[in-house]
Amino acid sequence: MRRLIQFSVAAGVGVLMLALWRLGESPEGGPVRAEPPAMKHKSYKQTIPDTKTTFEMIAIPGGTYKMGSPAGEKDRKDDEGPQHPVAIRPFWMGKCEVTWDEFDLFWRAHPGQKEDKEPENPKNADAVTRPTPPYADETFKKGREGKPVLCITQHTAMQYCRWLSVKTGKIYRLPTEAEWEYACRAGTTTAYSFGDDPKKLGEYAWFADNADEKTHTVGTKKPNPWGLHDMYGNVCEWCLDHYDAKYYSRFPLDKPTLSPVLLPTEKRFPHVTRGGSWGDEAKDCRSAARLSSELDWMKQDPQRPRSIWWLTDADFVGFRVVRPVEEQDNLKGLRSKITRQSPVD
Amino acid sequence: MSSSDTNRDSASRRDFLKATTVAAGAALVSNLVPAVHAAGSDQIKVGVIGCGGRGSGAADNVLHAAKNVSIVALGDVFKFQVDGLRNRLTNLGKSDAIKQKGNSVDVEGRCFVGLDAYKQVIDSGANYIILATTPGFRPIHLQAAVAAGKNIFTEKPVGVDGPGIRKVLEAAEEAQKKGLHIVAGTQRRHQRLYVETMKRIHDGAIGDIVAGRDYWMQGLLWQRISELPKHPEITTEVGKQIFNWYNHTWLCGDHIVEQHVHNIDVLNWAIGAHPESAVGMGFRTRTDPRFGHIYDFFAIDYKFPKDVHTLSMCRQISNCASEIGEYMVGTKGTCHTADRHTYLIDGKPLFTRKELKEQPDPYVQEHTDLIESIRSGKPINELKRVAESTLTAIMGRMSAYTGKQVSWEQALNSKEDTMPKDLTWDMQLSEAPVAIPGKTPLI
Repeated sequence: MRRLIQFSVAAGVGVLMLALWRLGESPEGGPVRAEPPAMKHKSYKQTIPDTKTTFEMIAIPGGTYKMGSPAGEKDRKDDEGPQHPVAIRPFWMGKCEVTWDEFDLFWRAHPGQKEDKEPENPKNADAVTRPTPPYADETFKKGREGKPVLCITQHTAMQYCRWLSVKTGKIYRLPTEAEWEYACRAGTTTAYSFGDDPKKLGEYAWFADNADEKTHTVGTKKPNPWGLHDMYGNVCEWCLDHYDAKYYSRFPLDKPTLSPVLLPTEKRFPHVTRGGSWGDEAKDCRSAARLSSELDWMKQDPQRPRSIWWLTDADFVGFRVVRPVEEQDNLKGLRSKITRQSPVD
Repeated sequence: MSSSDTNRDSASRRDFLKATTVAAGAALVSNLVPAVHAAGSDQIKVGVIGCGGRGSGAADNVLHAAKNVSIVALGDVFKFQVDGLRNRLTNLGKSDAIKQKGNSVDVEGRCFVGLDAYKQVIDSGANYIILATTPGFRPIHLQAAVAAGKNIFTEKPVGVDGPGIRKVLEAAEEAQKKGLHIVAGTQRRHQRLYVETMKRIHDGAIGDIVAGRDYWMQGLLWQRISELPKHPEITTEVGKQIFNWYNHTWLCGDHIVEQHVHNIDVLNWAIGAHPESAVGMGFRTRTDPRFGHIYDFFAIDYKFPKDVHTLSMCRQISNCASEIGEYMVGTKGTCHTADRHTYLIDGKPLFTRKELKEQPDPYVQEHTDLIESIRSGKPINELKRVAESTLTAIMGRMSAYTGKQVSWEQALNSKEDTMPKDLTWDMQLSEAPVAIPGKTPLI
């Protein structure tokens, strides 16, 4: 409890409310389904300035949950445990995965120009470095309009968020792994947010059984209980965190850890991706399933240094954005540290 | 050696056998002892000519391709490129993965800069030359490396015009006589599942091929004029054009030659011949002079023997339909191949996701195959084949630029030598005009 009080003092009223809500939680069993506190923030539609392109952001209440899967869950892997309580501050999450329609506005703003160093604090979104043109069909013939961006590095996803932040004046970033699973579960404790039966996955997700080896227009399957689409399948989604198979063993099991994140560094790999993709079986789309990025995802890059923007062998990874209501201290001013000199292993 | 290395090495041996089976006939001269099989040692001593992104990639690849490989010399027209690669390789040489293979980097005193750097690299004591400069220089580099009796990894394309390809075909013949080992950077020929798919086609899986189509349609590629301020040392017109090489036909060949040659090569491979003639069209929608004078789209109808036609489309315009891949239509079925992820016959995947994922990196494999050919004394010589695929692309470009039908002989015997005469770093060089179909003459 001491730790929690420190948080409350440090982070102010919002987290205090969160702490009060936690009182409804049973320390032994799973979380009691207490009503989330009335949210001050509301879902909204964001127009990307100077364009007609919009995307929707869903308000996600703060709260606590058990991150990871219980030891008895079918198809569970060791890296999903131990299950540990986590507290999450309120935030917004993209209703859908980021599409090429949005992403093209970012990376094609200066056609054909190679990247350059950007100023420390760019005030103009055009100053944010952006992907160099790839020697490839970056859509991997999986479609562009309405389809999720794919085969990009975590650095690219982070730079998109930076560009979007400068452009809109709001903080957009990748979700932490803890935020991602929290939003994916949407208050549920089953293998999927619709229960434990993988036979129902086809109603919610484009995955190996129904995707026909490609991505599909975002938001065309049923949403999860909080209104988020394609949390399972379509593309697996970049999180902010580095991947560590034993990461969960670092946390106390008897009290929630607030907003854990394994901060990204100058290393290009490994990072966490979540939710499974068009190519994954149902078991790899479970709420707790984790997939780590690796050098193999860009093994066919013929250039050195390897591109920091485009992957070559991961036509299944994309991302969605989140926006914190109040940014956690260790993410304030966070920027990707990746450069062309960054090590790959 | 780790177990994965063992697997890879044995897998590569199998692939090499497959690849040579497919290529059998034209390339193998098994009764000749290779002249340059390093006496008393099978150390591969690599000289890299062209230290840009691809040359740097190839240098990295060769160090991962086999044991007992050393990079001994570097050359480029730009000092910053040589310095960049030397630094990267010095770091790479310290890595455990490289040391464990007994591989090393020692280029001190053998880093050369300038238009003649290629000669110095060839004379540096290297016995394995990587040619990865801009394509316009490839024919003279190939001639020099073959004349010096070196084994060669040459990037594609191997030329940008008829006169250049004639030099390459002469070099191919000379290399054959000398028993030299040459692999070209059309890496699909060394990509496990492409090789396996082609084997099935050649075994009759889709019957006789009666038509084909292939694509490299992507967004706008780069220009480097806006980067010139970072390189105040580049003051001459020749230097600037080489720096911005993609956008100049004499250096790049245009993107149909530089990039689309990959897909064109796959269709030549599948059909087992080069086309007899081409009728093509294309032009450019871009007007920005930083993008030189190359086109940004081409569509070529190639006529192969037995009146088999293929349609070859390439484009570099953003916000348009994009695709890279090849389609073969046979009397009994169809085949679709694309890059590293699509191998279908009659719409059905030939391989599992696991097999796709486990494909070895073809950019490493092509060096593994070349080194294995050197060490086994069984010459592999892909030069004629890649010269033909390159000329196929050039023939298409010539047709699009002029608007005329162009035959294989017209392309091969073309007098259009795009290389500036008596090229020097400081010479006056004007920007070539944009070709106008119906007006630009066929030379």
